[in-house]
Amino acid sequence: MNNAFFKYGFLFVILILLQVAVFNNISLFGYAQPMFYILFIFLYPITQRKSLFLFLAFLLGLSIDFFSNSGGMNAAATLFIAYIRLPILKAISRKLEFDKDLFNFNNLTFNKQFSYLFILTFVHHFIIFQLSYFKFSALGLVLINTLFSSIFTFVLLLIYSGLFLKKTR
Amino acid sequence: MQQFFNFLVKYKYFLLFMLLEFFALFFTIQSHSFHKSIFVNSSNQFTGAVLNKIDTFRTYFNLTSENKSLLEENTFLKNKLAHFYTEDTLQKEKSTYHNNLKFKYISAKVIRNEFTKPNNYLTINKGEKDSVFSNIGAVNEKGVIGIVNHSSKNYATLISILNQNLKINVKLKHTDYFGSLVWDGVNYNVLQVIDIPRQAEFIIGDTIVTGGQSTIFPEGIPVGKILDIKIENDRYVKIEVKLFNDMSAIGHVYLIINPHKNEIKILEDNNNE
Repeated sequence: MNNAFFKYGFLFVILILLQVAVFNNISLFGYAQPMFYILFIFLYPITQRKSLFLFLAFLLGLSIDFFSNSGGMNAAATLFIAYIRLPILKAISRKLEFDKDLFNFNNLTFNKQFSYLFILTFVHHFIIFQLSYFKFSALGLVLINTLFSSIFTFVLLLIYSGLFLKKTR
Repeated sequence: MQQFFNFLVKYKYFLLFMLLEFFALFFTIQSHSFHKSIFVNSSNQFTGAVLNKIDTFRTYFNLTSENKSLLEENTFLKNKLAHFYTEDTLQKEKSTYHNNLKFKYISAKVIRNEFTKPNNYLTINKGEKDSVFSNIGAVNEKGVIGIVNHSSKNYATLISILNQNLKINVKLKHTDYFGSLVWDGVNYNVLQVIDIPRQAEFIIGDTIVTGGQSTIFPEGIPVGKILDIKIENDRYVKIEVKLFNDMSAIGHVYLIINPHKNEIKILEDNNNE
């Protein structure tokens, strides 16, 4: 029961409530639905145990699913980006020697941070919309929904980081 | 054996990932078949209570428009009642009158509405306690809303007409041409009616109502107006229907309980055997 336990437990619950009470009710232009709760995936430290992280990601998605009657699609998408988070980060930072303990996200250039956030957001939203339309013939609709929603979520994530994250540089 | 354990240790994260992903996809696939999403739905006690709390805050902002629509409906019903009293109802035999009372209405409040997804669900604040079970139709003063698919003690979820897994029997008003109401997931104001025979005569602007061939909705509940007609093949046409309802603003609904449903179902099941 350490500090991190309470910090991320609190974040977990707050993000679910925010998503259910606020963001699930927002839809811009009929296409853009923000899924802000994936902030958890970005904030959870990479130094923590990976198995617990995967399990939490699954649980986070499933909790959202419970509130929005969406089966397990949020769980599937959130778990997926939780799993590919580290490989994507490694690929983007282009370090030959990737040291988890020494790694600092703020040391990356803005472009790299930007693409890391956007790739994971886009992949997450794409999985959700593909699973909810559940047919390949709807690919156009899926892509439109994914693109607009990703931009929306992404902007929210940027606002959050601008407001709350300490700049160490 | 040793190699097997090495394999497990080496790929433990991947295996955990696959296991959880399997569960997630299993729930997703289940949710796409009507009535089978046994586990993940918002009609259970906990999510129901949370959504109810959230809704009590939101309701304050809608009070004016909610009152207005209730008033409108009251006026409409009063007018209907006045018309009804012009007939001498006392002349009718009491027994036939009671048999005609085929459907019973109870009111419920929507505590969570959804209309932007490809498959939408609503949550309402009535459950098994108020004899709300699955396969009960929900309407409001403007038209059809959906069908109950899950219920707990105090809450129930509706499968919205804005859901690609739902088909509702409808017909052209004043004719006996039947079709099925479906949704393509594009515009939440526009639904589609398929399987209407080509020889049916109708024009853009005609009204579509429920067909009454199912035990869920009585005949003649309004759905929407014909917006566009497309010829599908040489036998059927497809109709685009503009809903009377604004599905983005649903406050109260009425649940239609058919007391004879079991009787009809048993009768029909006997025929199928």
